[in-house]
Amino acid sequence: MDIFTLAEANLISPPILFFVLGLIAAFVRSDLSIPEAIAKALSLYLVMAIGFKGGAEMAVGDLNWSVGGAILSGIVLSALLPVLGFGLLMLTTKVGRIDAAAIAAHYGSISIVTFIAASDAARFLETPGEGFMVAVAAAMEAPAIVTALILAGSAARASNGGEGHAESRLSVLKEIAANGSIVLLIGAFFIGWMTGPRGMTAVAPFFNDIFRGVLCLFLLDMGLVAGRGLLRNWRVLKPGVIGFGLYMPLIGALAGLGTGLLAGLDAGSLGLLMTLAASASYIAVPAALRLALPEARPAISLTLALGITFPFNLVAGIPLYFWIARLVTGTGG
Amino acid sequence: MQTSLKKRLEIIIEMPAVPRLESVLEKAGVKGWTVLPAKSGRGKNGSWAREGQITEAGRMVMVLAVIDPAVLDTVLERVYALLERQIGIVMVSDVQVVRAERF
Repeated sequence: MDIFTLAEANLISPPILFFVLGLIAAFVRSDLSIPEAIAKALSLYLVMAIGFKGGAEMAVGDLNWSVGGAILSGIVLSALLPVLGFGLLMLTTKVGRIDAAAIAAHYGSISIVTFIAASDAARFLETPGEGFMVAVAAAMEAPAIVTALILAGSAARASNGGEGHAESRLSVLKEIAANGSIVLLIGAFFIGWMTGPRGMTAVAPFFNDIFRGVLCLFLLDMGLVAGRGLLRNWRVLKPGVIGFGLYMPLIGALAGLGTGLLAGLDAGSLGLLMTLAASASYIAVPAALRLALPEARPAISLTLALGITFPFNLVAGIPLYFWIARLVTGTGG
Repeated sequence: MQTSLKKRLEIIIEMPAVPRLESVLEKAGVKGWTVLPAKSGRGKNGSWAREGQITEAGRMVMVLAVIDPAVLDTVLERVYALLERQIGIVMVSDVQVVRAERF
């Protein structure tokens, strides 16, 4: 399958088209909206389903060194990408050190929604990847935040004349560990792993049959949120920062490709790792940084992650990453 | 009806900082408070709206407390120490209340 066929298959799929519909509705200032509580429930359902399915697939697979290799790859990527992102932002944009640290933090951590969309695309492309990639996704949340706190600490010390705020790091890390999405993802993964195929059969109508429909509804809401965020805050995004939101995912994906190949991942898992490395967090990291680095302007980092990088990954990035992953592993291309 | 003079403390703050603020209020001896969701607004850092947020990170709330004037300075000092670096507004006004022993 060539890249154009792959891109077309991705673009002309209901979830992506509903996301685009949400964007258009936001741009034409439609009053279309998903009630907040329903959007929250949809998000919980998707995280729960993807965690459970990953665990159930893990139960029937071999527990071998490639699992450890993939998780280690994810941790290394998550820990080091913020350093690269911070350096690039300082070199190529005029954002201050604190905002650069905050933005870099978002790009080291992962977007679970992008991962869910990529998992759905991977199944559609018949290269679903290994179930343990859910564990890799979970493992990639925290290291980036630790690195970000170090970057944030140095940035804060630089701006405060040596006065750091290290005392808040432990409490921030505790709050991250208790983040609802992470707790649910890991919990559902272990429940899926423990119950295996029998558990999967028992809940398949809930976790499998309606999954894509729920994803469509959720991505419609994401399109609305991303579009309205862009409309509200586009003025804070300078061309250099927008450029970062477009090239940083590609750099992250290439780093994911390298580490994934070293870990010996199959095409589907490699595509998923590239997607994880390319994605930017807009759930766990923003909350943590509002406590650890409150001087940073959330309008820049959140609008960039959600309004630029998320749509880019969803529409163009995911087919590109899977095309490269299939090409380099000889699965197709 | 008998009323008493108290201080009404209104703090508009980011949602992620609320647990810390509640801890500060409790340690400062504030007997009660109410957290109210804020819908939308505009400030030094631009406009924001509850509707357009995917997480609680960008949401704002108002924490409303009625306190005894004798503890006002202590409470404000501790609240300021917490909110010095955060986005937020702190307002104090006089208020008449019934059942003064509750505050």
